[in-house]
Amino acid sequence: MSSLLSYILSADFLYMWIRVATPILFPALGAVICERAGVVNLGLEGIMLISALFGVLGSYFFDGLIPGMLVGILASVVISCIFAYFHLVLHADNVLCGTAINTLASGLTVFLLELVTGEKGTSASVKSYSFPTVNLPYIQDIPVVGHILSGHNLLTYLAIVAVFLVWFFVYKTPVGLRIRAVGENPNAASSVGISVIKMRFLAIILCGVLAGFGGMYLSMGYLSMFTRDMTAGRGFIALAACAMGHATPVGAFLSALVFAFFDGLSNILQVLRMPAEFVQMLPYVATILGLTLFSIQQGMQKKHKNQS
Amino acid sequence: MNNKRINLLVDTVRMILIIAIAVALVFLIVFLTSKDPLNAIYSFFIGPFTSVRRIGNIVEAASPLMFTALAVIIIFRSGLFSMISEGSFFIGILGAMIIGISCPLPAVIHPIVAILVAGLCGAVVASIPAALKMKWDVSEVVTSIMLNYVVQFFAIYMVSYHFRETQSSSLASLLLRDTSKLSVLIKGTRVHSGIIIAFALCIICYIFLQHTRLGFKIRIVGDNAYFAKNIGINVRTIMFLAQIFAGFIAGVGGGAELLGMYTRFKWTATPGYGWTGIVVALLARRNPILVPLGALFIGYMNVGADIMSRSSDVSREVVYIIQGVMMLLIASESLLQDWRQSLIVKEAKKEEMQHLETGNEKEII
Amino acid sequence: MEKTAEALRLQNITKVYPNGVIANNGVTFSVNYGEIHALSGENGAGKTTLMKILFGEEEATDGEIYIDGEKVRITSPLMAIKMGIGLVHQHFMLVPSLTVAENMVLGIEPRHGLSIDVDETERLVKEASQKFNFSIDPNKKIRDLTVGQKQKVEILKALIRGAKILILDEPTAVLTPQETKELFIELKVLKEKGYTIIFISHKLNEVKELCDRITIIRHGRTMGVYNLSEISEQEISRLMVGRDVALEIIKKPPKPGKASIKVRDLKVIEESGKYSLKGISLTAHYGEIFGVAGVEGNGQLQLAEALTGLGSYQSGTIELDGKEISRFSIGDIRSIGVSHIPEDRMISGVAPHLSVAENVIADKLNFERFVKNGFLRSQSIRKFVIDIIKRYKIACQSPDVSVDSLSGGNIQKVVLARELSSEPKIIIAEQPTRGVDVGATEFIRNELLASRDAGNTVFLISSDLNEILGLSDSLIVLYEGEIVAFFPDASKINEEDLGRYMLGIERQSFEQISEAYSE
Repeated sequence: MSSLLSYILSADFLYMWIRVATPILFPALGAVICERAGVVNLGLEGIMLISALFGVLGSYFFDGLIPGMLVGILASVVISCIFAYFHLVLHADNVLCGTAINTLASGLTVFLLELVTGEKGTSASVKSYSFPTVNLPYIQDIPVVGHILSGHNLLTYLAIVAVFLVWFFVYKTPVGLRIRAVGENPNAASSVGISVIKMRFLAIILCGVLAGFGGMYLSMGYLSMFTRDMTAGRGFIALAACAMGHATPVGAFLSALVFAFFDGLSNILQVLRMPAEFVQMLPYVATILGLTLFSIQQGMQKKHKNQS
Repeated sequence: MNNKRINLLVDTVRMILIIAIAVALVFLIVFLTSKDPLNAIYSFFIGPFTSVRRIGNIVEAASPLMFTALAVIIIFRSGLFSMISEGSFFIGILGAMIIGISCPLPAVIHPIVAILVAGLCGAVVASIPAALKMKWDVSEVVTSIMLNYVVQFFAIYMVSYHFRETQSSSLASLLLRDTSKLSVLIKGTRVHSGIIIAFALCIICYIFLQHTRLGFKIRIVGDNAYFAKNIGINVRTIMFLAQIFAGFIAGVGGGAELLGMYTRFKWTATPGYGWTGIVVALLARRNPILVPLGALFIGYMNVGADIMSRSSDVSREVVYIIQGVMMLLIASESLLQDWRQSLIVKEAKKEEMQHLETGNEKEII
Repeated sequence: MEKTAEALRLQNITKVYPNGVIANNGVTFSVNYGEIHALSGENGAGKTTLMKILFGEEEATDGEIYIDGEKVRITSPLMAIKMGIGLVHQHFMLVPSLTVAENMVLGIEPRHGLSIDVDETERLVKEASQKFNFSIDPNKKIRDLTVGQKQKVEILKALIRGAKILILDEPTAVLTPQETKELFIELKVLKEKGYTIIFISHKLNEVKELCDRITIIRHGRTMGVYNLSEISEQEISRLMVGRDVALEIIKKPPKPGKASIKVRDLKVIEESGKYSLKGISLTAHYGEIFGVAGVEGNGQLQLAEALTGLGSYQSGTIELDGKEISRFSIGDIRSIGVSHIPEDRMISGVAPHLSVAENVIADKLNFERFVKNGFLRSQSIRKFVIDIIKRYKIACQSPDVSVDSLSGGNIQKVVLARELSSEPKIIIAEQPTRGVDVGATEFIRNELLASRDAGNTVFLISSDLNEILGLSDSLIVLYEGEIVAFFPDASKINEEDLGRYMLGIERQSFEQISEAYSE
């Protein structure tokens, strides 16, 4: 047990912790924007999967990282638009809409994968690009801390920057203000002439961009290939992280770290004689517990309010 | 033409339109990506009917979907969105497997016990998100999806560590005892008696929802929870019971699938019948009696895709693309809504004219 | 701005809704610059509809709008705002987690590069507050404000967008007396500055204090425009609250039995701290129709909710059929023999997609006649429902049509049929004939009378004067959460008297009111 503790506190683990948080943080931030506008985006899983594949294929076809990234983002935006259209305009229930998008994405990605590479499991047979790791100057030379903070993938740093960008967008820009109004009291927003549908559509697209980066990180950073269903439920964990973080960027960041902790733990707990499967369960159990605690807390707040 | 007929007409046209779009989509994808499109199309649409064995495959493919679709229907009609049918199905497989491997029981009794245990396991699993929702109003959507993963790993753990067939290179459980297996119904196919259970459950669920007090309460809660509260129904309890019932059915489905189609547990991930069950439930318009139709249709598509993938260069994942699109279209309430609205208005005007002419004092709707 | 020049004029406005209800019938409404003009009428009289038309939220079926002498067409709130009209809704259009400043500039945010110019926003808000003499901290969050302060924000919100004509819809309904005083001071300041204010209210004492002229609307028609200095509250009340034609309801004399409903010192407090019910006591008896009169929003809803178990109360006791119900669930209360016709039938009265038959027996699932061993007895149910449909004259093609395909009147009949066919001892009926056609209305009223003749209690809450006077045996008047009058014999009430009690102009003595709960 003490060896476990010392491992957790080691630089290696902390480095990995941040690394593992990235693909949860991106979609969680996207979920924050959607949630603020009053949309629960249950299609995050599918959107991430699509961008994971299209980023890889795009980089392969156009032989470059940047084109690959653009293709990946474009793909996730297109899929987000489909979700937005069916949900906002055709009034499809968002649970069914999201499930449909996830099913569609799961099939589409493997289909295209096989079409292009001939393989069904991974994209290893094609040459795709990955986002580079970045060694932060000066920081990398700091003992211990440098090892933890430097040398991450570019997208990891982007994710952290994104926390501030999303925070700025939501709280400091006019569009962010309108999105918040639309999510909390759509009547108030439309009474001053703001189009509720337009704002929600925009929120879903922005979420798509963020989730797109999350997906691409999986196939072009975390791993350097696409594997089928590689999102493994992170799109839903991201939703839980958003909820636990009270739909704030910083809250989502911290919650994502909490869930990433368990995700990362699973990598090393296999060292102990614990069955791998229990370890793999951890992030999902943590999510259930986290959501439950959140709901309990909300319930107590309501009670408190009614009594005072 | 009264409102009921108008709705029937519009809904039927909607369904036909959606199926037509699905078919068109298949054509589109095949022609865009295949080097041998005609062969692929033939394999997909006609293939499933070319032999008894293949027709049997359609029924085999439909069988698990019927169970999960029924579970989804009961959950949806209570107004909830728990996705637990996937996990309940899988734990049902596990439960049946344990009984099938470890308990020496006489034939006929053995599968019955195993399947009942499977159902129980499914109910227990479904009760977790249900209880969380009931007690603390935790959203059942995410908790159920998370629990599906937990169930997946748990089942694989159990097989891996306690029931493993050591001589197999891939993950496989020990052999199921012969007495536990479900018998084959139709020679030349693998259609097993589980299908009878499936059909029976369709009828039972229909009767349950339409003709029992509890089923009726579930429908009231799902239609208008405020009204249900007003007439004294305990909404939370009803929602909880609906999920348990649904979990039981999904679990039974898992047990039937294992004992009817397999000799051992060989899954490395949940098979996805829970998700496909949602499509079937939507196709069946949330009516248990129509579930066999929906399941057979999706089963037919799945078999067609299989055949196509084996005899041509189009992979079977096409089927998920189609199902995703179909789900989107079916879920779109507003699809053809304008047409429906104009029909209703036209009808109302017609009735008004008639009443003015005949001087009748009947109510105008 | 000349004081006598016309700021706006709604000419001959008629509004007919698709379901046939005529909300406005040739209404003409004219307001001059720089005056505070009251628009008064009972609920359902048509004043809200008129203002919705003015603010672009609805379009008139017929008639014209003139602003500043020019004919205009207003098709959206945005257009109305551009023309200088601002509407302060009764239910605030504010975003609770945003600050005052953010709410005020929503949609017209001053920018500085990519972000909102926070300093400019603050400046604008401070400038507006000072200009109009409203003291508001721009950085406070809306959810931390009192109701009175929220209202100030709503008013400022309209002013900052250039409103020259302010419409206030029942502004004092949610305010404490102190906040009302403050509001009046501020409105008078606005008037001095040349703003025009339309003050929608039925509280005549306030109207008298604040306004210059009053337009009275009744049943969708204008009853006249008067200078408030030249008309008394009694006269206003007479014009506002009156029956066009006294309804001929033939009643047998009541045979009151023992007490069925006993309410003692019932208090209901809202989340905001406001008292919806300030400690009321009443006793209703078997064999009578006990009426609760009053303009909507004076505590009737909370009273009905307390009696049916749908809402909570903070103190007091309620006994139904001799049983104290504080620990009872809704189902328990119903088992005592209580039925409920809710105010909003579509929200709480029916399951819209289920059939007529299913809606009628939804509350009878514990009757052995209909459910045996957990199974519905379809034959029995069907026979029963067909009888019910005949008896209640519900116009539907079959018992299996879904309820939402019926007309409003028929849906209400379904609700009535369900509630009455369970043979209740106590019927809590809220606005039972609202939005219901004439034929169904008569039917429903006769049913309620029949139930009363059979020895049951009908607890009737209605803001329809015809109904409450015609049906009730004894009645109370609720005003601002208190019983201000009790009449043991409703047939002896003078309409005008009732109007004065309903509008808070008059109040009975303590002795008279306390007869409401004598046994």
